[in-house]
Amino acid sequence: MGEGTLYDKVWDRHKVTELPTGQDQLFVGLHLVHEVTSPQAFGMLQERGREVAFPKRTHATVDHIVPTGNRDRPYADEAAENMMAELEENVRGSGIDFSDPDSGNQGIVHVIGPEQGLTQPGMTIVCGDSHTSTHGAFGALAFGIGTSQIRDVLATGCVAMEKQKVRKIEVTGELGEGVTAKDVILTIIRKLGTDGGVGYVYEYAGEAIENLGMEGRMSICNMSIEGGARAGYVNPDETTYEWLKGTDAFADDPEKFEELKPYWESIASDNDAEYDDVVTIDGSEIEPVVTWGTTPGQGIGITEAIPHPDDLPADKADTARRAQEHMRVEPGDTMEGYEIDVAFLGSCTNARLKDLREAAAFVKGREVDDDVRAMVVPGSQRVQRAAEAEGLDEVFTDAGFDWRDPGCSMCLGMNDDQLQGDEASASSSNRNFVGRQGSKDGRTVLMSPIMVAAAAVTGEVTDVRELKEVTVA
Amino acid sequence: MSDADVDHDGFADGEAPAERVTEVSGTGIPVRGNDIDTDQIIPARFMKVVTFDGLGQFAFFDQRFDDEDNEKDHPFNEQKYKGANVLVANANFGCGSSREHAPQALMRWGIDAVVGESFAEIFAGNCLALGIPTVTAGTESIEALQDFVEENPDAEIDIDVEAETVTYGDETIDADVSEAQRKALVEGVWDTTALMGANGDAVKATARSLPYVPDEHVPADDAAEGAAGDD
Repeated sequence: MGEGTLYDKVWDRHKVTELPTGQDQLFVGLHLVHEVTSPQAFGMLQERGREVAFPKRTHATVDHIVPTGNRDRPYADEAAENMMAELEENVRGSGIDFSDPDSGNQGIVHVIGPEQGLTQPGMTIVCGDSHTSTHGAFGALAFGIGTSQIRDVLATGCVAMEKQKVRKIEVTGELGEGVTAKDVILTIIRKLGTDGGVGYVYEYAGEAIENLGMEGRMSICNMSIEGGARAGYVNPDETTYEWLKGTDAFADDPEKFEELKPYWESIASDNDAEYDDVVTIDGSEIEPVVTWGTTPGQGIGITEAIPHPDDLPADKADTARRAQEHMRVEPGDTMEGYEIDVAFLGSCTNARLKDLREAAAFVKGREVDDDVRAMVVPGSQRVQRAAEAEGLDEVFTDAGFDWRDPGCSMCLGMNDDQLQGDEASASSSNRNFVGRQGSKDGRTVLMSPIMVAAAAVTGEVTDVRELKEVTVA
Repeated sequence: MSDADVDHDGFADGEAPAERVTEVSGTGIPVRGNDIDTDQIIPARFMKVVTFDGLGQFAFFDQRFDDEDNEKDHPFNEQKYKGANVLVANANFGCGSSREHAPQALMRWGIDAVVGESFAEIFAGNCLALGIPTVTAGTESIEALQDFVEENPDAEIDIDVEAETVTYGDETIDADVSEAQRKALVEGVWDTTALMGANGDAVKATARSLPYVPDEHVPADDAAEGAAGDD
């Protein structure tokens, strides 16, 4: 007889008490901090005369506004410099570890947590960032919070939460050639809707998920929020433990690893756990997915036709019509051949070493289309160094890509990396909202890193399965 | 036109008074469309700030202004909705980023309550932290309310958080306020820092019970509460 799902177990282990509101007070095992959503929270803390309660369970980095080109201080952008200076002051004054650019460990917060082993199974993890769901890939309960909640966590080490339902999403079968984790999550969001996960936590399971490495699991959990689910997770297994063994947390401390492993195993969902909902998706039927609209739920297989708004449910028709007008696409067409101006390979969804390796394999021996501005923004300084050690940077730059320093970059255009005017981008990021990539007329087509690589070299949305790897002597 | 029970204007970051928010009354403003994301509510470039002050003017900025800063058609630009404090939205309002800048911008523009078909969770949570009710009702009820507001921009809308109703004209519709939100607002216990800060010892006990938290990461007795006394 088991205790239920991972969600139930991790929740129970971290529950401090029930609050008068009926919410539970949950202890936060790891609080990740970045420069955009935290300064106001530190301000509120100071106004209340409070200090950071658990600085050693808190870790900061800079990612959203950091330049990916010239990083000399002060930053050329005064607003960015102010935010960086504010973060430095806040974390150093509080005794919070800071993966800043000088440390060599800086990167997107959802890349550095897992690579340093800060992220572990059975933890509660929060950050003022909706893509905190990424860390669920390790069997952690991880979710994004707002700034007032950051204040709560800084001040008390806790968040106030209502317990949610759990939906198990089983992806069966084997993924086809050229089909990646990104295509799986875009398919899930398309099927269940951008608000289908509201009120739920998603447990991803099934053969196709189990066969993914940690990078793929992170891409899937990362976009849980795009499906409306604040958190998503995968039960920890040997794949998870192998990753953890190599991280800073355990590489030199195998005893600690052995000590914690029973806990990690104990929090996995029991076989007889009950779920509020179960959805099964046949992974073998998924093809490379691209978006045609302005929400992540507006995706189609690369060979499929763009739907006619009249054929969609009434509540989706208006949004679809506006999206098609913005994107300048016609119902009945496929997305194949849609011309792009920018190829962006980066973001907390898809900028890990494996993503760059796989994309590089398609870029090698080819050239970026003359009309395309292509850039690679590694997820972290460690990813950047590891990629450079393998010569991936040269593969990309030889082909005509710009090889940049790590940060959120063109995923949300808070630094200089932005779409201009009505440029269209093939993007490995997570959101195709109007204006998301820095220009309100910009057009974003979401896709996997290998599909971005294919689009970069052809200048248009391309079925990567048609593009064979070039064998270079 | 009467004001909301809580005056949101002019209190600084962090000083959100945990007062009872039992009802909100005022005129409405409809923003139509499903899946209105927080990038639309407040574009990321306006978040390069270290306080929330002054965000109100940037609410829905790219929907309101073209490249030459000329006004476009948007309810937030329309004279007839000036002074409105009840936003009426459709489904999945506030999806996307966790940025509290979104409800902060709406609040600082003048919004005291949002009525809609459904809300993204993080957005609703952020609203609650500011004492802004997020009240839901069915698709037809919401569309009827939006039509009413367009026809009667000066008419008062009364949101009763405790009774979970929205009253306008001769209509009173059944609405829904989540249990925890209703309790927090009605009882005035939405300042979660103060609430949770009172449980410092229990927090430390929970932290110590977790195998992954080293003892040295848990502050010594009473340190976790900091200066909790003045809350």
